[in-house]
Amino acid sequence: MAADKTMTPDQVVSRLRSGMTLGIGGWGSRRKPMALVRAILRSDLGDLTVVSYGGPDVGLLAEAGKVRKLVAAFVTMDSIPLEPLYRRARERAAIELTELDEAMFMWGLTAGAQRLPFLPTRGGLGSDVLRVNPRLRTVRSPYEDGEELVAVPGLRMDAALVHLNRADRAGNGQYLGPDPYFDDLFCDAADEAYLSCERLVDSAEFAKAGPPQTLLVKRASVTGVVEAPNGAHFTSCAPDYDRDEAFQRHYAESAGDPEAWAAFRARFLTGPRSEEEYQRAVDDWHKERKEEAK
Amino acid sequence: MTATQLTAQATRADYCVLACAEAWRGDGEVLASPMGLVPQAGARLARLTFSPDLLLTDGEALLMADVPPVGGAPEAVEGWLPYRQHLSFLATGRRHVMMGASQIDRYGNQNISCIGDWARPSRQLLGVRGAAANTANNPTSYWVPRHSARVFVPAVDMVCGIGYDRAAAAGPSATRFHRIPRVVSNLGVFDFETPDRRMRLASVHPGVTVEEVAEATGFALAVTGDVPATREPTAEELRLIREVVDPRGLRFREVPA
Repeated sequence: MAADKTMTPDQVVSRLRSGMTLGIGGWGSRRKPMALVRAILRSDLGDLTVVSYGGPDVGLLAEAGKVRKLVAAFVTMDSIPLEPLYRRARERAAIELTELDEAMFMWGLTAGAQRLPFLPTRGGLGSDVLRVNPRLRTVRSPYEDGEELVAVPGLRMDAALVHLNRADRAGNGQYLGPDPYFDDLFCDAADEAYLSCERLVDSAEFAKAGPPQTLLVKRASVTGVVEAPNGAHFTSCAPDYDRDEAFQRHYAESAGDPEAWAAFRARFLTGPRSEEEYQRAVDDWHKERKEEAK
Repeated sequence: MTATQLTAQATRADYCVLACAEAWRGDGEVLASPMGLVPQAGARLARLTFSPDLLLTDGEALLMADVPPVGGAPEAVEGWLPYRQHLSFLATGRRHVMMGASQIDRYGNQNISCIGDWARPSRQLLGVRGAAANTANNPTSYWVPRHSARVFVPAVDMVCGIGYDRAAAAGPSATRFHRIPRVVSNLGVFDFETPDRRMRLASVHPGVTVEEVAEATGFALAVTGDVPATREPTAEELRLIREVVDPRGLRFREVPA
């Protein structure tokens, strides 16, 4: 019988340290481990290096002053192309940035997961990705072709945070949407990985939800498991729920105005003392909107 | 209604859809990756007419067996292309992407990352996204819905997608698979069919003059001989655009009628 690795979001955060390199799974505003991100926002963790296919996870952590450095190819909310809090952080030069192409990022993750120093890519040659990241080097093929390629350094992380649809108590994770994103690679490239899920299930239930290839994350790569219903909110978690577009708009609009942002922060970020309180605050907000619409 | 009458009614957005579709002519069995509403309509039009073997994505993880309208979901799925496969597949070269460009210069260098000094941008945009790997690995065309001297600039602030001069300077590994078949804007079509690979005005959309394009461009475009007009859509192409590919008129959000 495998060990029970279940814990609360705050217990996950208690195992993290300031100055760590954190990988965050999902993509843009899709299946982000937001319950764990919110737990970090409630903590005094800081000085983080964040590695992410960025969405509001990056915007929120940057705005809260938690991020020293970001490794990313983009930060977006998909239906809203530019993440407003990230924009603000960049335009104030509040964070350091390692900007990679999406594919370079993937091969960096792959190299990290395989404990390789780098993997070669063609992508990046000739571009300013090499100019703005002066540490990036090229490597020459030792074979007859002699091609010169970019050596994307392996991305290793102290800890990874991912959110999947289902998990068991041992840390096996199942995704049920159309895209695994890169969550297994994040877990494999990190010394410790924390997996939140919509619902904890017995291992026997996995087969009822989907075929074996939906079992994306293996328990050998997972340190802790958190049951966090609606834990990707307000990003999407298909097929359990779509992105909360109304709330995302509210977030983006609030971010553009200091007074509105202060109210948003108080109500949804600094006010709630737990994930449950956050979820209640969101429910109440939706109820108010419905009332106002009547 | 006769074909002539239908053609007479083609809007600027229709010419743009057609000009984008033409980017994929002759591509054969490759993945068309259109970014933006007009390119999405164009890729669908190409598949329904002169490039029937194209693969089309739903914009997420699925390859569509049918051709639903822009903004619609497929009824039949023929393949799976999650991001990790998409980012690997581009390196096979069996793909022709049409990206946007916040800035583009005369050699086709493209920027979607940020405006101003990269270290402290005056305006942070999307980030480099997939532009660097796209341009190094597979044909990359561009779509610019609002042609202006702020987009067509003498030098881009951050080279994301590489142009012909940067590829050449980076050496044979960078030029090996690099190709920019065309740039389409709301004013015309542009290519790099010049001896030194400078951007050339290939055609102007009907109703647009060469002077207008020159005025809205921040560098000197190559012009060879009389610039033709972007070709007219056939009656069937117009019908497909209006009734099948984009019946909701989403293309007008990018190019007003």
